[in-house]
Amino acid sequence: MSAIPHPESRSKALWFTASIIAFFLIWELVCRLFAVPPFILPPPSAAFLAMWTERELLFGKHLWVTTSEVILGLTASIICGVAVALAMSVSRPIERLFYPYVVISQTIPYMALSPIFIYWFGYSLTGKIAITILFIFFPIVVNTFDGLRAADSEMINLLRTMGATRRQIFLKAQIPAALPSFFSGLKVAATYSVSGAIIGEWLGASAGLGYFARRASGYFRADTMFATILLLVFMGVALFMLTSWLERRFTYQRSTKP
Amino acid sequence: MSKLVFSQVDFSYGEQRILQDFHLTIRQGEFVSIIGPSGVGKSTLFQLASGLLEPTGGTISLDGDAVKPRLGRVGYMPQKDLLMPWRTVAENAALPLEIQGVPKKAALARVREELPRFGLAAYADATIDKLSGGMRQRVSLLRAILTGADLLLLDEPFSALDGITRMEMQEWLLDLWQKLGKTVILITHDLDEAALLADRVLVLQRMPIQQPVEIPVPFPHPRSAALRYEPSFTVIREQMWKLLKEREQGTAVLYGVSDQQPAGWKAGGTA
Repeated sequence: MSAIPHPESRSKALWFTASIIAFFLIWELVCRLFAVPPFILPPPSAAFLAMWTERELLFGKHLWVTTSEVILGLTASIICGVAVALAMSVSRPIERLFYPYVVISQTIPYMALSPIFIYWFGYSLTGKIAITILFIFFPIVVNTFDGLRAADSEMINLLRTMGATRRQIFLKAQIPAALPSFFSGLKVAATYSVSGAIIGEWLGASAGLGYFARRASGYFRADTMFATILLLVFMGVALFMLTSWLERRFTYQRSTKP
Repeated sequence: MSKLVFSQVDFSYGEQRILQDFHLTIRQGEFVSIIGPSGVGKSTLFQLASGLLEPTGGTISLDGDAVKPRLGRVGYMPQKDLLMPWRTVAENAALPLEIQGVPKKAALARVREELPRFGLAAYADATIDKLSGGMRQRVSLLRAILTGADLLLLDEPFSALDGITRMEMQEWLLDLWQKLGKTVILITHDLDEAALLADRVLVLQRMPIQQPVEIPVPFPHPRSAALRYEPSFTVIREQMWKLLKEREQGTAVLYGVSDQQPAGWKAGGTA
């Protein structure tokens, strides 16, 4: 919570930067030394060059489309997921009714459903958001629900001896106890949400980074495809870092003991 | 005046009878220890007293009233400190005040007034993981006291502490009790602790708990921890030990008929 970066986190950032640079250098070297044809594996320099030449389409249009799909999908999933988890934790019948379907939703092969999704949603934004929600609803619901259940029953009893109402027990014990678990679910969801949006675009889209990458690979423009993929990776990492930051901001720091 | 009265109380968990026609009267301002083997139902006694459980038969009256709910009127200090890791020391202690609807600022101010005599003045804003075992127990006790209840139930508060800290805490608690004038019931495993702190010790021998055997501890207050080396103190200690041993023999008579009991049965039952 302090403004000064911890020395350990600074050295962590240093390691990360060094490893990224090393990774791109090795990739570049492998491409050049073994003369890999650029349509099989373009060197990173070509991918970055493509990112620059296609900058107007990439950043002006497709990045924006995918970002809005991801953000809207993520927001909707958090709202619905937390609501379902709360309902399940409050009522046993709701838990019994919903839980199996939460699990089943993860076993549906969405790719096989693509024609139906196009019937339902067409090429609209809604379809991509729906796929994103289906992708990331599960980790949010399951983790939030487990967290809400994790509140120590002895702690709840102690609050009851103080004359606490059910609402107070919920606000003062169950919610704070659930936050760490909610955030681990959110971290998984944030990274998956990018894949969710991309798959949504593959099922049927006229814009977005997933659509653009697929079109580039159709034209054997491996450099443009890799440029798009790099951008998607950055997006996933950025979302992960954002949720980690929120986690640090809103949950207590777990003890440093192992 | 009687603070807490159990009269003809029966309680069972399913088939398991824990209390049977149990009577107990705790007077205002008294310090009473309860000692007994593990699993005899001491904690159940506290859950009944605090109102977490209701008896299956008989009545429990607090301040002479057997009808009014007891939840929210008794200060309970659990065996585990149950401090919330996401709250600071002061925020943890302020919990019962918050639940009573005291605004957060006022509650924290009230806590800060109390922290010095709990030896926690410098730790108001510390997180829980920075505290030693003894300090955690003091926060937990402060939290129980801030419920404002006259009756405090302390469930093996010092059992997880090392010997030296435990002795320090016992003296400190005695001192605090004298200043506060609260009624205290203490559950403990420790014979010395039971006698050193209390005006009388209730020995629970076996389940179901019927009439407990009562041992008065007639030493005047203020007491010091050095009391435990007095010969008359040793006599009381001996008395308690005998009662607890008797229970063991009772168990032996009860089960000793059969040779089929696994070896070590008695040892297992004495912990």
